[in-house]
Amino acid sequence: MSETALYLAIQDVAAQYPQRRSAVLPALRLAQEAHGGWLPAEAFRAVADALELTPAYCKSVASFYDMFQLAPVGTHMIEVCTNISCALVGAQATLEAFESELGIRAGETTPDGAFTLRTIECLGGCGWGTVVSCDHRYKQHVKPADVPALIEELRHAEH
Amino acid sequence: MPSTEFEQIVLAGADDHDLTKLSEYEKVGGYQSLRKALGMERQAVLDELITASVRGRGGAGFPSGRKASFVPKPEQTTKPIYLTINADESEPGTFKDREIMARVPHRLIEGALITAYTIGSNAVFIYIRGEYLTEYEIVKAALDEARDRGLVGANIAGSSWNCTIVLHRGAGAYICGEETALLESLEGKRGQPRSKPPFPAIAGLYAAPTLINNVETIATVPAVIARGGAWYATLGVENANGTRVFSLSGNVVNGGNYELPLGTSLREVIYDIGGGIPNGRTLKAIIPGGSSTPILRADQIDTALDYDSVAAGGSMLGSGGIIAIDDRACMVQVALRVASFYQHESCGKCTPCREGTRWLVSLITKIEAGQGSNADLDLLVDVCGRIMGRSLCPLGDAAAMPISSYVERFREEFQAHIDQGCCPYGDQSSLDGILGPVQQAARMHRQLAVIA
Ligand SMILES: Cc1cc2nc3c(=O)[nH]c(=O)nc-3n(C[C@H](O)[C@H](O)[C@H](O)COP(=O)(O)O)c2cc1C
Ligand code: SF4
Ligand code: FES
Repeated sequence: MSETALYLAIQDVAAQYPQRRSAVLPALRLAQEAHGGWLPAEAFRAVADALELTPAYCKSVASFYDMFQLAPVGTHMIEVCTNISCALVGAQATLEAFESELGIRAGETTPDGAFTLRTIECLGGCGWGTVVSCDHRYKQHVKPADVPALIEELRHAEH
Repeated sequence: MPSTEFEQIVLAGADDHDLTKLSEYEKVGGYQSLRKALGMERQAVLDELITASVRGRGGAGFPSGRKASFVPKPEQTTKPIYLTINADESEPGTFKDREIMARVPHRLIEGALITAYTIGSNAVFIYIRGEYLTEYEIVKAALDEARDRGLVGANIAGSSWNCTIVLHRGAGAYICGEETALLESLEGKRGQPRSKPPFPAIAGLYAAPTLINNVETIATVPAVIARGGAWYATLGVENANGTRVFSLSGNVVNGGNYELPLGTSLREVIYDIGGGIPNGRTLKAIIPGGSSTPILRADQIDTALDYDSVAAGGSMLGSGGIIAIDDRACMVQVALRVASFYQHESCGKCTPCREGTRWLVSLITKIEAGQGSNADLDLLVDVCGRIMGRSLCPLGDAAAMPISSYVERFREEFQAHIDQGCCPYGDQSSLDGILGPVQQAARMHRQLAVIA
């Protein structure tokens, strides 16, 4: 997405709200998508400019929310819920299967930049644990044995 | 799948029809309640809601009709009136609103429109949690369909009434489910709670009168209007009218969402519907209403799921998220996992919660590792007391209440860690080594410090 397209997309979203500042979250999301999944300095400048705010303000808002990335991330994001219900049915074993299959630890990105793996708090699928969010699509009942196939699936997914 | 022995209200028809489609929803009477309401005086609709006395399904359980009556009438205010729907569902153990949005999105939209009409609002905001991408797409598609059919926007259903609905996505912050934090977030700010009063009904979104309701609360409204508040009030038990969509998870055979009358017992939910505890294990404890509610011991299995009975058992009905815990779980590890969540989600605005949640985690970590003393256990209970009732918003209580209940009801397990100098489960607890985002960050920082 070009800078101009991003600017126009943010204007579209902002028009939905009685006050334009309400569009900060959607605007940050658009900017993050336009910048490879994270928010570099120019992304904050773009959002600030489109909504007549300051970059520092936009960054302070972004830093409050877990879904905004302040540092580069892999092409694919794998988030394993380890909250209580998933933990009770074996989330830790599932997480460790991802760690060994990808050769990284939770919180890291593979050297080729393909995958970021992290733990996440309850995703709202607790009855069907372990829940794993792969590029923001939920996989439920994920067991360690399912992990290699899930990674293959992501490798071949378009992004 | 949900039991069919009871009449479903919120999820009605979803087993036999694809209610994400407007045409299918209309086959089960969809949008008839909206048309009926639009032909009634606002006050008459409000009276039905008050008679039904649906207690808020978001957790606090405040009667929704009465809450709607606190919003000033359009003629009493110069400001616009807003309806905000709380679809931020993030309380661990709770996943009912996600199912409602995924399976009956039009019922949510219809309920939102009727409620907006009732309070004289022309603008609805649905704040949906950011992680719910698939559900966002489903609700958005339903909204587009409803808009195309003249059910949202201008001259709704041929009337002279206008109402817009904006679907607003959150971005990953549990605290934004707290109503004033939600409003801050919706205004484009960090999601930090406001002090009350003023209450949102008087000064909410953009300082204008705002009604905030949970997804499930709103999804009951079409049935109340179709069949009357008095009919609805006959469902469930006294002081707990109607049905609830209970979320069942943890060590149970059939996890999932089940819409059941209030007053159903925990035993019926966990054993009759949920199929009991898997692998021949024994039930040890139950969290009855999401991870912020105090824990119950297995011998409280006959507690009825209504507000008063659960309160009499020393807990709360909360969000209706029931978590079954079997005998493999170390209770100190359960405490640690729950405390870690609230530390991660504390917004940091007030001292008791910001400092207290960190203290809880570090004390429980120490005790779990077998390095704690009796003084640490006393301090843990003391810290809970210093958070409770002293925090700016209820998140502080939500963090402290469960922890003090684990110590109170499973003190022998905490004591065993102290006396034996290790976890009595060895590495055999079902939660052994569990890594939450808080521990993940701490571990990375330690690694970096070693490299540096
Ligand atoms: C920390 C915290 C988190 C909350 N999260 C939610 C939530 O995710 N969804 C929800 O409906 N209510 C949540 N609530 C309750 C809301 O503040 C509010 O009471 C509710 O949305 C009102 O709707 P109701 O009256 O229909 O229940 C939360 C409260 C607190 C203190
Ligand atoms: S209690 Fe916690 S979440 Fe609530 S305002 Fe205080 S610090 Fe923020
Ligand atoms: S605990 Fe994992 S989805 Fe809720």
